[in-house]
Amino acid sequence: MIREFSSADVTFIVLAVRWTLILSAIAFAGGALGGLLVALARTSASKVLRRASAGFIQVFQGTPLLMQLFLVYFGLAVIGLPIDPLLAAAVALTLHASAYLGEIWRGSIEAVPSGQTEAATALALSYPHRMRHVVLPQAMRIATAPTVGFLVQLIKGTSLASIIGFTELTRAGQIINNATFKPFLVFGTVAALYFILCWPLSLMARRLEARMRLAVTR
Amino acid sequence: MYQFNFGPVFENLDLLLHGAWLTVRLSFLAMILGLVVSLLGAVAKTSAIRPLRWLVDAYVEVIRNTPFLIQIFFIFFGLPAVGISMSPNTAALVALVVNVGAYGTEIIRAGIESIPKGQIEAGRALGLSPVNIFRYVVVVPALRNIYPALTSQFIYLMLTSSVVSVISANDLASAGADLNARTFASFEIYLVLTVMYFLLALGFSTLFGAIRRVFFTYPASR
Repeated sequence: MIREFSSADVTFIVLAVRWTLILSAIAFAGGALGGLLVALARTSASKVLRRASAGFIQVFQGTPLLMQLFLVYFGLAVIGLPIDPLLAAAVALTLHASAYLGEIWRGSIEAVPSGQTEAATALALSYPHRMRHVVLPQAMRIATAPTVGFLVQLIKGTSLASIIGFTELTRAGQIINNATFKPFLVFGTVAALYFILCWPLSLMARRLEARMRLAVTR
Repeated sequence: MYQFNFGPVFENLDLLLHGAWLTVRLSFLAMILGLVVSLLGAVAKTSAIRPLRWLVDAYVEVIRNTPFLIQIFFIFFGLPAVGISMSPNTAALVALVVNVGAYGTEIIRAGIESIPKGQIEAGRALGLSPVNIFRYVVVVPALRNIYPALTSQFIYLMLTSSVVSVISANDLASAGADLNARTFASFEIYLVLTVMYFLLALGFSTLFGAIRRVFFTYPASR
């Protein structure tokens, strides 16, 4: 039965934004932790760690996010876990974010002048102290703009979780469209909501980047 | 214990290889048309007509801040409501072109801006003709500057094109989905698909690297 597109439908779609936000937050938190480990491994003295982390990045940046989602989703059954769309989406997006953030943060760590590391070493600071008090705080400033930029990509990426059946913003739109058959209106609304989430972050990333460039040229 | 069964995958490898070919063809078509859209967009952004610039800005911002999945849903399901109907394959190509065009517009605009005025003046001082200045002083250096960004955007486009399988457009991911519906060897199929996409991405980056070496190295270092 096809019914009219009502305010209840709009409310349903708007409320689904919270699942998009929750999934993005989980993936970003997990990706931040994973990304830090990947970035440290990429810049470490150990050849094995550098190779392994480079391979990890290459695999996740060289394959579609959609395939990663399917692999984790069906992979859960392979390792004997119940198939759960939220779990699968969270794991896949975390791995995806770890690879991208790892690569962004590797670049930021390498952009910190090597004299800083040398000075810290000369002061007899151990690796954890050198990283925590000297290198990472400076790398963080460099990393802020591209990290915010990646957050936009991640939020957009969560839309693919709808394909493995997780009800977030995109899937909510599909459900309402199936009931009302007003695709122009429904997907227009969904697109507008994504835009409201992503555009401020894009603007912020651009402003941070411009400020960073000023700081470098000064 | 899970029993791996790669039988159905290898028995139907020809289907997957054909799907891979369709993905390559779709990606290259989208790249070429996307490049045209990007060039037009970048030129329009430098135009003196203000509404035109606003229009291009709006296009770039809307596309870059919404998911590709929603864009393709809008084009395939939404546009017929206003009288524009397309087959899945056409809708897929249109969606990819519209998407990559927005990113490309930004990249090319940055490339044009990266050429310092002094460089053009130097070309003039050396007595180069306007055509040669445009060719050797503006286009080639600008392309060289943006080449890495542009080609990684193209590889990303090829990976993103897997999403067109949701509207049943013909590509590698669709071939995998069809096979999955018949054989249910889901994990094995998607593992092989992932490897195939990875090899395609490697192939693309090798090809782009070769093109760079032929066309974009300085004459002295060739």
